[in-house]
Amino acid sequence: MGSRHPDRRDFLKRGAAFAGGLSLGAVDPVIGQTPPADQDVEDQDWSSPELIAYGERSRYETSVRVPHGGRPSPDAFGLVFHVATPLQDQVGIITPSALHFTNTTRGAIIPNIDPREHRFMIHGLVDRPLIFTMDDLKRLPSVTRLHFVECAGNRSRPQHVTVQETHGNTSCAEWTGVLLSTLLNEAGVKDAGTWIVAEGVESVKGASSIPMAKAMDDCLVCYGMNGEAVRPQQGHPLRLLVPGFEGIFNVKWLRRIKVVDRYYMTYNDYGHLRREPHDAALTYQIGPKSVITYPSGGQQLPDRGFYEIRGLAWSGTGAVSRVEVSTDGGGSWMDAEIRGAAHPMAHTAFSFHWTWDGREAELMSRCTDELGQVQPTRAEAAAFWRPGAVYPGTPDEPLRVTGQDNSIQPWRVESDGSVHNAIA
Amino acid sequence: MPSLRLLPLLVFWAGSVQAQGLNYGVGRTPTDEEIRAWDIAISPTGEELPPGSGTVEEGEQVYLRTGCATCHGMAGMDGIAPELVRDGEREVTHPWDYGRILPIRSPYATTVWDYINRGMPLNQEGSLSADEVYALTAYLLYLNGVIGGDEVMDAETLPMVEMPNRDAWAPLPDWQPGMPRLPGYPY
Repeated sequence: MGSRHPDRRDFLKRGAAFAGGLSLGAVDPVIGQTPPADQDVEDQDWSSPELIAYGERSRYETSVRVPHGGRPSPDAFGLVFHVATPLQDQVGIITPSALHFTNTTRGAIIPNIDPREHRFMIHGLVDRPLIFTMDDLKRLPSVTRLHFVECAGNRSRPQHVTVQETHGNTSCAEWTGVLLSTLLNEAGVKDAGTWIVAEGVESVKGASSIPMAKAMDDCLVCYGMNGEAVRPQQGHPLRLLVPGFEGIFNVKWLRRIKVVDRYYMTYNDYGHLRREPHDAALTYQIGPKSVITYPSGGQQLPDRGFYEIRGLAWSGTGAVSRVEVSTDGGGSWMDAEIRGAAHPMAHTAFSFHWTWDGREAELMSRCTDELGQVQPTRAEAAAFWRPGAVYPGTPDEPLRVTGQDNSIQPWRVESDGSVHNAIA
Repeated sequence: MPSLRLLPLLVFWAGSVQAQGLNYGVGRTPTDEEIRAWDIAISPTGEELPPGSGTVEEGEQVYLRTGCATCHGMAGMDGIAPELVRDGEREVTHPWDYGRILPIRSPYATTVWDYINRGMPLNQEGSLSADEVYALTAYLLYLNGVIGGDEVMDAETLPMVEMPNRDAWAPLPDWQPGMPRLPGYPY
């Protein structure tokens, strides 16, 4: 400890010299950030009042979201549609709020809502219709939980290169708010109330029907995300979290919940309809799923030798209980290490120590959840409902995964170290 | 003299007179007018439908006058926005095969009314009168061959429209906490 003090005094003296003698703002006198003498430090005024007040990431960190899903965002109408998160750059399980994927139901203009003016109403088949201000909601008992959100259309396609394209329509955040059950109990749900319709206040007023059993189980009315207010693209000032259910249920800019006695067949509900019952069931909860984010498509291994394979696993049914990794295209599987706690309906980090011998390899991960549901291969998922069908089918009639796609993502490592999407 | 430390509590009590929540006494009772103004979700049986009516002919006029054709094409086809009319040339054996076209696939005509009312026209949502929404719904149902050209849509007739897909959609699972996605499905 003693040897550190002179350094610190020197540093402070130099900081004072900069502050007093130099007014160019060329060097940042930030404690703990003394650069080595041989490092070229560029100008950036980290001491500006704006950045003192609300920080930004380094200009060298350039990871960004990208419009996705075959439609630009904004599109010709100015609507935001599908925007994918850069999973290849993510470390840990929390998606930074500024990089959380953003999808809207039809495409929407992201609204600016003054939280002081915002109101949230519960009515319909209740004993006491209630209207809440944001301040009202913040008085109530709150919970803070980690949950992923994933769009039903989050599926890997052969033309996708990176994990951002194959899997970037899922993100995970720490959400804070009031349990919907707390609010429904305040209003008093009548016996006939078997469904809710949750509705936003954005231009299209997106609305989804949700079964009462789910509403009373673990849904959250959230005002907080990753330690601050929910971001506008995620529903500021208030959004619904429906843990494990497909993204469209997680109504943003939440203004109203109507307790009703049936599936209401809103526009969102209509878009969710399926012809076959098994398909309909599979488009409700997100299946057990995982993906390796490092190394992943578009990346380049610089040399043979040691790599920590890393990825994310999740399930809409509960916590992840096991993740396995294969480096030989599914020929053999080994347990990966689950890093940290596996939270229910949350991204769960896994890692696996791998020494690359320089030969072609195929990396895969497989998730098992607490109910014992196991992530299928693409061939298994595609062929399950079509006995005798052989994956990948023919060019004229490719065998596709029915409904939501939670199948295993293979990444092929070439002998030159390049990494490619290996789905057929 | 009451302690100053009690003052916040007194203010709290005074402010909670209107609070109605069962356990925490937070929130207030909305007025009937507040509920009416926000209650735009229309059930399949149409209880929330407002008074008003519209004909197919009126609907065509509204379609052209309010700019629907600009994005959706002259008669609901070939525009830059989603198709609104099925391909009349196409032979189908199941109503599902018409594709994802709202006024033909939707099991209930109320959903068509509800969506036009809440979400159209783009950037002018909420600007259509109830009569105009009834008329547009009638026009689109007519173009898809669901109703005749002389039918009038109102709160009584709209929920009675027999959509071809009324019973052709798969029911959703009876979800309960901790249940698998689909019993018997391993994934």
